[in-house]
Amino acid sequence: MNFLHVWGIVYRNIVLIRRSVPKLFSLFGFITVELFLWGFITLWVQTLDGSDARLDFMLLILSAFIFWSMFDLSQRSFSISFLEEVWSRNIINLFGSPVKLSELVLALALVGVTQALLAFFYIVPLAFVLYALEIWDMGLYIVPFFMNILIFGWGLGALSIGLVVRFGPSADILAFFIPFLLLPFSAVYYPVSVFPPLLQKITFILPTRHMFEGMRIAITQGTVPHDSLLWASIFNLVYLFLGYLFLHWVLRLARSKGYLGRLVQD
Amino acid sequence: MTGIVRVRSLTKQYGSLTAVDDVSFEIKESEIVSLLGRNGAGKTTTIHMLLTLISPTSGGIEIFGKTLKGHREELLARMNFTAPYSLLPYNLTTREALTVFALLYGVKNYKERVRFLIDEFELGQFGDKKIGRLSSGEQMRVGMAKAFVNNPRLLLLDEPTASLDPVAARQLRGKVLRFVRESGGAVLWTSHNMREIEEVSDRVIFLSLGRIVACDTPENLKSRFGQEDLEGIFVSIAKEPVSRDS
Repeated sequence: MNFLHVWGIVYRNIVLIRRSVPKLFSLFGFITVELFLWGFITLWVQTLDGSDARLDFMLLILSAFIFWSMFDLSQRSFSISFLEEVWSRNIINLFGSPVKLSELVLALALVGVTQALLAFFYIVPLAFVLYALEIWDMGLYIVPFFMNILIFGWGLGALSIGLVVRFGPSADILAFFIPFLLLPFSAVYYPVSVFPPLLQKITFILPTRHMFEGMRIAITQGTVPHDSLLWASIFNLVYLFLGYLFLHWVLRLARSKGYLGRLVQD
Repeated sequence: MTGIVRVRSLTKQYGSLTAVDDVSFEIKESEIVSLLGRNGAGKTTTIHMLLTLISPTSGGIEIFGKTLKGHREELLARMNFTAPYSLLPYNLTTREALTVFALLYGVKNYKERVRFLIDEFELGQFGDKKIGRLSSGEQMRVGMAKAFVNNPRLLLLDEPTASLDPVAARQLRGKVLRFVRESGGAVLWTSHNMREIEEVSDRVIFLSLGRIVACDTPENLKSRFGQEDLEGIFVSIAKEPVSRDS
């Protein structure tokens, strides 16, 4: 065995990881988020008592899982449709064509919606067959809830692709990391009351927190929580607008600094 | 002849580096103008500014009599380009990729146009083959077909024959010359193949360190520099950048 060969391959990876902030994220970020997530789940489980035995945990946990997956898919398919152009080095052809930013964003959103709907209509019957999960028990809340999920996915998708344009193809990991970063703080699998008081205040600006808290109320109390829906919708529209503005600003910066050409060179 | 491209005092600075320095030129109808220069001379930066991929620090670009800044989509719909560093989607077939670009350029009868391009560029044998499986020369031919997808009036060709064999390169030059003659379109061409440049160009612009150092017909340049061919001029400019030509 020639250890110079081994060192050559190790050295290549050390250089890549050391110089890439997104790779450092993947090294430390995912495990940190998992620690928060499982920490909050544990805290919630510790607070459960005998009266909670009546809760339909199957519906609570699996519905949360399915809708979080739809949100993740909406954001990811929006981002990955753009990343496909970066990975195939087609980005110059795209931005050198007469396509407007608004047209690009609309097309990516449509791809996101289609993929999320396809996945939804696949997973819901499967969950019914496997676990007798009737997600329709959530009632009419499901429609605005699903819409909010998609919209927040587009807003975060715009942020993700803006970061890829700004920092280059190696930032593609952020497209996967950003939604994951929000998971522990969105109260997906546990109520907001699990958070320390300060975190409860900070997470108020997360639409996902209102959506999933509202979902739990709809399931456990059978009523549509209008305030949760309202706050989620307001924050979603604000973030969609900010995401679009950010992308617009990044593209202007990219044209000024020559980042678009770098997307086919890095 | 009517002017198709008018570039005035175009400058691009990245911090203290001036990539393109006060460059001005025109391209008229039925004219092929070549941009020559060493690597890093500012050729690709100039082309990228014409494609709105890079915004100029100062100076202006007019295409078809309209400012590029104010009419981006309208003007890009009437021009096209190809470059070896800008690959086509590797996971699409030739036919699918051309269809995508026909749609991006707003070609209404896109199916008919794609069929025509596949015939015109003799791409039939790999029409249903994924682009990633084609050789670099075949990909370049598909790239050229893409450049003609919207029937452009202005073509920006950044080293279009870089990966082509001599036969394919000759065929491509023939197509571009025919395009210029028949449609009255204009071409901005870059290449490191001096014989090719001499064959196709009506005028040649030499860039050095972002500045235009010579601009004339190939014949006039040869007599002015006392060289037998453009390669001799290229080498002499590369060795000793001359003062800027007006």
